[in-house]
Formats: sequence, C-alpha cells, structure tokens
Amino acid sequence: MIAIDVGWGTILALKTLVVLGLIPLGALILGYVFLLKMMSHMQSRLGPMDPGGFHGWYQLIGDGLKFLQKEDIMPAQADRRVFALAPAVVVVSTFLVFLVIPTGPDLIVKDLEVGVFYALAVSSLSVIGVLMAGWASANKFALLGALRAAAQLIAYELPLLLAVVGVVVQANTMSLQGIVGAQQNGAIFGWELIGNPFILTQFVGFALFLVAAQAELTQTPFDMPVAESELVSGYMVEYTGFRFLFFFIGEFGTAFAFAALAATLFLGGWAIPGVDDVGLANVLGPLVLFAKLMAVAFLMFWVRFTYPRLREDQLQAVAWKYLIPIGLANILVTGIFKVAF
Amino acid sequence: MTTTNRPPMEVDPRIYRHLADAQVNVELDTGDMILNLGPQHPATHGTLRLVVRLDGERVVAADPVIGYMHRGYEKLTEVRSYPQITTLINRIDWLSSFANEVPFIHGAEQLMGVEAPPRAQYIRTILTELSRIATFLLFLGEMGLQVGALTPAFYGFRDREHVLNLIEAATGGRFHPNFNRIGGLKDDLPWGWVAETRNTMKVVLDGCNDFDDLVARNEIFEARTKGIGIIPGDVGAGYGVSGSNLRASGVDWDLRRDGKPYLAYPELDFKVWTHPDGDSFARYWVRLQETREAARMVVQMLDQLPSGPIMAKVPRIIKVPAGETWVETENPLGQMGYYVVSKGAIGPFRVKIRSASFSNVSILPWLLRGVYVPDVITILASLYFILGDIDR
Amino acid sequence: MPDETPSEETTPEETTEEQVEAEQAVAETDEAAAADLAREDADTTAAEPTEEQVAPEPLSETEQQILDRLEQELGDAVIESASIFGTLVVRVQPDAWRRAAEVSRNALECDYLSFVAGIDWQPAPREGGEGGESSAPVQPTEMTFGAAGSAGRFQVFAYVQSTSRNWGVTLKTDVDEAAPLVQSWVPVYPGADWHERECWEMFGVAFGGHPSLRHIYLPSEFEGHPLRKDFPLLAREVKPWPGLVDVEPMPGDDTPAEGEGAGTEAEGGEEA
Repeated sequence: MIAIDVGWGTILALKTLVVLGLIPLGALILGYVFLLKMMSHMQSRLGPMDPGGFHGWYQLIGDGLKFLQKEDIMPAQADRRVFALAPAVVVVSTFLVFLVIPTGPDLIVKDLEVGVFYALAVSSLSVIGVLMAGWASANKFALLGALRAAAQLIAYELPLLLAVVGVVVQANTMSLQGIVGAQQNGAIFGWELIGNPFILTQFVGFALFLVAAQAELTQTPFDMPVAESELVSGYMVEYTGFRFLFFFIGEFGTAFAFAALAATLFLGGWAIPGVDDVGLANVLGPLVLFAKLMAVAFLMFWVRFTYPRLREDQLQAVAWKYLIPIGLANILVTGIFKVAF
Repeated sequence: MTTTNRPPMEVDPRIYRHLADAQVNVELDTGDMILNLGPQHPATHGTLRLVVRLDGERVVAADPVIGYMHRGYEKLTEVRSYPQITTLINRIDWLSSFANEVPFIHGAEQLMGVEAPPRAQYIRTILTELSRIATFLLFLGEMGLQVGALTPAFYGFRDREHVLNLIEAATGGRFHPNFNRIGGLKDDLPWGWVAETRNTMKVVLDGCNDFDDLVARNEIFEARTKGIGIIPGDVGAGYGVSGSNLRASGVDWDLRRDGKPYLAYPELDFKVWTHPDGDSFARYWVRLQETREAARMVVQMLDQLPSGPIMAKVPRIIKVPAGETWVETENPLGQMGYYVVSKGAIGPFRVKIRSASFSNVSILPWLLRGVYVPDVITILASLYFILGDIDR
Repeated sequence: MPDETPSEETTPEETTEEQVEAEQAVAETDEAAAADLAREDADTTAAEPTEEQVAPEPLSETEQQILDRLEQELGDAVIESASIFGTLVVRVQPDAWRRAAEVSRNALECDYLSFVAGIDWQPAPREGGEGGESSAPVQPTEMTFGAAGSAGRFQVFAYVQSTSRNWGVTLKTDVDEAAPLVQSWVPVYPGADWHERECWEMFGVAFGGHPSLRHIYLPSEFEGHPLRKDFPLLAREVKPWPGLVDVEPMPGDDTPAEGEGAGTEAEGGEEA
C-alpha cells in the first residue's frame, strides 16, 4: 500500500466527491438494469437495445444527459423558491445516508457510533422534500400525491426501524462497521465459514425491512403517491428536465442506499467469508457489496413490477395493523434469544 | 382489508346542474376541492372529462363531461350511401370494429330482404368473436394497469397481437376491417387461416390462464376491486348498462342467446357467464370467462364451418327499400343497436346509433358518490368504455 | 329528379307504381309478410316479383300480448301500432308519454332502457347532385312517416326491453313543432337522463321534469340543433356529395370510373 500523507480535509473532500459521483451512477445503474432491462424482459419485451450496441447499455448515460438539456419549466403560480428547493432536499437526504454505508474495512466516509440510527433518521428527511414539491407545484394532483406521500412515508418509518432493532440487538452495536464485523466474525453454531449473516436469524426482520423500504421508496405496491394511472406522477408531476432528474436520482439513489443498507444489515455488507486481509478486503469489498445490493434490489424491483398498488387506507392498515405488531414481536423474540443464548 | 362504505347521504338533484355551488351536507366545512380528471388522463381511456368534487379523498359528486370525440355520426350517415357508412361505423368502437358493422349490415339486409349465405354468417360470427377476444384481452391487461400492476398490460397486448394478425389475414385490416358487405362479405378466408386460428385460440386460452393466476387471484387486486363500484342489477338495467357489466350484476341476459336470432349464434352451444356480486372484480371475472368462452366458440365454429358462397346476389347499386328496422347485437362493450329508417334511397334517412358505452358511462354520477379517488380509477377501468362508443 | 325509384335490378318489371309504401320482408325472422306503414304522400317503390298487395305485417304472439297490455293500461292513448321485423312499434299520445314508460316498466317488466331518441321527418334539403345520373343520396322530397305514423315533423321514440322476459317495445310519440315539449322519463328510467339531454341538444325537444337539461356533446355556447334537417352539414356546404365515384382511377385507366362502374365498393367516393 502506498502511504500518501494528506490531511483529513483532503480525504474528506475526496470521499465526498466519490459519494457525490456514486449517487447518480448508482441510481442510473439501478434504473437501467432493473427499470429498463429487467422490467422489459418480465413484460415480454426487450427494452432499449440500440444505444451502445450491447443491450443498449449506453441508454443509462443517455437518459441522464437527456434530462440535462431540457427546458426548465416552472408553473406560473408555483412558489418559486420552494419549488426549486424541493428536489435538492430529497437528494441531500439521499447523500446523507450514503455517508455511513461501509464498502470496505476502511472505505467509509464516517463510521458513526449511531450509524443505523443516523441512516434511518436522515432518510426520513425526504418527506419534507416531497411535501414541498407537492405544495409548491400549485397543482391539485401534486397536492394529493404529496399528502398521500406524507402519510405513507411517516407510517412506514416505524416498521423500518423495528426491523432494524432486531439486528442491533443481535449485533450489540449501532455502528454499521460494527454490524458488518459482527456478521463477519460471528459463527453459526460454531461453524465459522461464512460468518453469521443476520438474515438467517432475522429473516422476519429482513422481510419487514424490504416491505418497509418498498414503501419508503414509494414503489408498487405502495406507490399511491405517484400512482401513474391516477395522479400521473403525483408530487413530481410539474417537474421537468433537470429538476426531475434530481427527483429521479433521489428516488433511485435512495433505492440504492436502502439496498446497500439491507445488504449491510442482513447479508454481511462488504464482508467476504475467508478473506481477512484488510488490503484485499478494501479492494474486493465494494464489489461484493455491489453484488449483494443488486440481489436485494432485484427482489425489490421484482415485486414492483408484479403487484398492483394498494389503496391508501389499505396501505395504512398494512403498516399499522400488521407490520408494526410483527416488528415488535420480532424484537421480543430476538431479545429472548439473545439473553437465553 | 376495508371495503368502500357509501356514506348515507341524499344526493340533491341540483348537484347535477351546478357542481360548483352545490349544497354539500357536511358538519365540518373543510372546503371541498374540485378535481378535473381529464380530458387528458391515463385513467380515462380517451378524452373523457370527469369533474369530481372531493372531500379529502372521498368523492362527493361526479359529473362526466363527454363530447370531446363527438364526430356527428348520425348526421354523417344521412349524407352517405350504405357501403360508405360501413367505413364510418367501424370507428365507433374502434377496438372491436368488426362487431360494429354487423348490426347495421344486418338491418340493411333485413330491409332489402336479402339474407347472407350460411358461410358468410359463420365467418361473420367468427370475426365478431375474434374481435370480442381482442377487446377483452386488452381489457384484462389494462385493468391491471389501472390498478397498478404494469406487467399484465403487456401480456394483454402481446396476446392481442395474435388475434389481430388473424383478423388482418382474413380482412386486410387490423383495426378497421370494413369487411362486411350488404349480402355477405368482401372475400373468402385465405388458405391456412382455419388451422392458424385453431393454434391462436390455444394461445389465447393459455393467456387467459395467465391472467387468472397473475391478476384475478392476486390478493392485492382482489382487495382493490372486491366490493368496489357495486351496480345492483335493476339499477343497472334502468340506466341502460349492458353487456358484461350487467351480467356481472347477476342479470342473466345475453343478446346472442336471448335476443332476436342473428348471425350463426342460434346454432352454437355456449354458456352465458354471470356473477352475483356486481362489483369491479365481478366485471373482470365475467370478461375473463367470456374470453375463454369466445375462444371455445371460435373453435366450435371452425368445426362447423359450412362451405358455399360468401355473398348473396345483390344489385350493384344498393337501394334499400323504404321502412324501418331495429337491430341489436351483443357487442363486446354491451348492447349495440341501429334503428335504421330508410326511404328507399341509396342512403338512409335516419340512423339512430345506440352505443353501449354511452349508457354504461351514464351511471357514473350515481356510482361514484362516496368512493375514494383510487376507486374511481378502478371503477372506470372495470366499466370498460371506449370514447368513440360514447361520443359517436 | 323528384322520383327516385328504388328498384331491384334483378326484377325489371317494376312498372306498377303504387301510391302506397310497401315493404317487403323476406327476412331471417319468422314473419314473411309485408309490413304496413302509415303515409300521406307516399314514395314510389317497387313491388316484389310476386307483386303482393300490401298487407299489414301481422303481429306475432308476444307482440300482440304486449300491445294488448299497453292498450289495456293506456286506453286511448295508444294511437297506432305496427311491427317492424319482429319489433313492436306503438305510438302514444304525448300526454301519456311518461305513463307509457311506467306501464312498460311495471306491467310489462321492461326494466332495461335501450335508448330515447328523436327523429325529424322533414325531407332533407336537396343535396349536391345537380340532376343527371349522379345518384346522389337524395331523399324523397315529400314528407312521409315511418312505422306507426306521425302527427308532424318531430317525434321522440324509445326502446325498452325486459331482461327477464326477452321482449321489448318501441314507443313513439309526437312532438308539437311550435312548442316542442315532451314529458321526461327520468323518474321512471334514470338512464333517460343522458339520452334526453342528447335529444334536446340535437333536435331542440325539451323534456319537462328533467333534472338538468344541458348540452352533452357540444360546447355550451353552441347554437342550433344539429340533427334537424334544416341544419346544414358544413362538409356538404363546402363541397357537394360527389356521388358514387372512384376518385382514384383504376390502374390502367385514364379516367376515374363513374357512377355505376363503382358498384358497391364506393370507398373512393368518400369525402371528409
């Protein structure tokens, strides 16, 4: 390893830049692989095939660039400043989540002691952005979408949290690096080969996390706020061009972040069974994490393209009447097992 | 899951007239919102404008505004000859365009005293049932789309392509075949069409099984459609709701079996499907079963297809003798009828076109009171209207 | 020319011209007799090869049953009746229009409303064809009426059916041209709401008791009633009907085929 002596400021700037570049890249990769290609194949069609030659891979770049060159249209009666700020709020909240996701033993922007708590807390900031967008659009459909989104996103914070508490109890720490370490160094009844990925014991939590994440991302079956056939994009309906790109990046970037979180919390994150060398782990870690998060994202998007959407009141019923009690029961059982064993 | 409870409120007839200043009876005056669904909206298939007055997410009153696609067909038929009118009326219900021509041609033939030969009747019936399958496949797909499932829509279109290929092979046109002539058909079937149709019907039946598994048995779909938009049979009949919509409310009435005999239906053996519930799920289910039934009927007809001429002897210039007649058929969307008044010229004097969707949509003000906004979309999708059929 | 003779070219001996309208029905239905239509000045029509004398089309058993019940309930309000290819047409007095609906709904169990529409019996103004053999679809210039007759220019007619008994009846009533007002059917059949709106919009016939008679297809500021015969069709004003012509010549021909040559496939003569 080459030791370069740089100040912490430079390192921080570098890491920030990497994350800033990662978010749109991750969003577009997810968008291309799952939204364009996987969805197309599931729907008995091919998706974009021409741009780039091989299955149209260049489409993902093309889509990003396309939005940049569009005209910036703002409704005449919109609240200008709020309208402009709303997408920024959403993207900022996504960016903040990325700060604590570990991609290798040393590759993390900042390993907070309360990593998990922080991640979930800042991810819920996007609700403000959604409300701002819906209100400032001066459009009844947008307002309806924003109101639905507010109710939904707040309701599904709780199952998300409860799912994660089980993991925290089992790992004894809230720091994400610590959770990865606990999985890497753990053992399944003494068998140490693959560590102890928490999905084996926290399968209920994993399912709960996926469902709640689906709702947090306003994806079908929980996409009432952006119900395409009713509200035509809901709170995003008045956004075009670059601003819409921000929302898009926010949505898929958050999907990327949640998939990464799920991979970290339940699948072991960057940990590779059998690789203890820190240097090697630093190189392979991001790739392993990427593979795991793509697997999780595959599940999320698969559900997205298959199910119809739940109505708003049915959605709330699912959260309050089913998911939260299950989450609480999960914590109870985890606690009992933790103390007993 | 909860179902929609209609709040007990009397709808003042004045609400119809002035939606903006209707007296709404609420204790808490939270200020109602008027929302315009359409005329450009993905859920209102076409240019239908639905002005709803909302209290939160509940509809207080709804008023459909139609006429964005009004082409004045009844006036146009008065200045055209009978064959020219066939071109026009194809475009009333453009999804099942062959089925639109049939009642009109039948009426003209009745007035002229001409009867199409049996082979022509059979081929007409086969093509009508094929257009029924095509229309319903689209419905099975797009109802899932309106409810949120994106994928069944593509399956519906994919299977529909097979049927449209068949119609194109026989008539030359996928969408507007214009194949009927007074006295029979324009052409006979091409070589190999019968075998190809048999194969396609197998594909259609498989596709229907797919829809059954993917959509009809999906818990979320059932939660979204069961108990939504219940039309009682007698109310529906009073409004003129017809076709699968009325059969889904338990009314056992199908013009192919119960009306005056037309085409080859008297010689066919088929089942009329009804469902007792009358909600959106029932309408979906009935159309699914009818698609399967139509596929079976096509196979039956292919087995019984008689040989012979396909055109009766009619003069070159059709002059239909004076008189009037009323012909009604069971079109995919419902009951379609033509009241043709002829005065002996080469064009009719007056044609009253009774289109199914016009009456199906007229029940919306009654049906949409007290439902949620997402349920409005479900109900619109389940009633399955075509704008050309409403607006003529 | 004023006398359009609708003739079947297969029967050249159509020389006998009666002053009555005759209608031949050798239809797929059971009835094989000619129908009788009310008339004032009748158009000239051809006789069937058999040259049957016009006879009223006999009502089938169900039609007779329906007619008897209607006459029993409405009494003299029933003016006239006829049968058109298996469908019963009954003309009632205007002041019994809603009562007729109630009788149909209750006594005849006709729960299903098919449509309510209007008809303007005034002959259409001359279309584009300036004489010659253009075979323009001109209608006879004398005012004649259809099945079950009419008292004047406007009529409102409706068809109701029974979903349980598989029968139906067409009801007609006359509308006073000077004050076109008819009773509304909305209290009996709620679906009549939209049909009556369309009838008012297209013919100018008002419906008393309708909850809100307003435009349904046309914009609110529209003037005139389009389906009346004196409302001109703009397309025909701009360009008269070209007749049964093929606009495009057949491959190999220099001149487009005229009139008879086009036969029944006259799509080429279609104009916007």
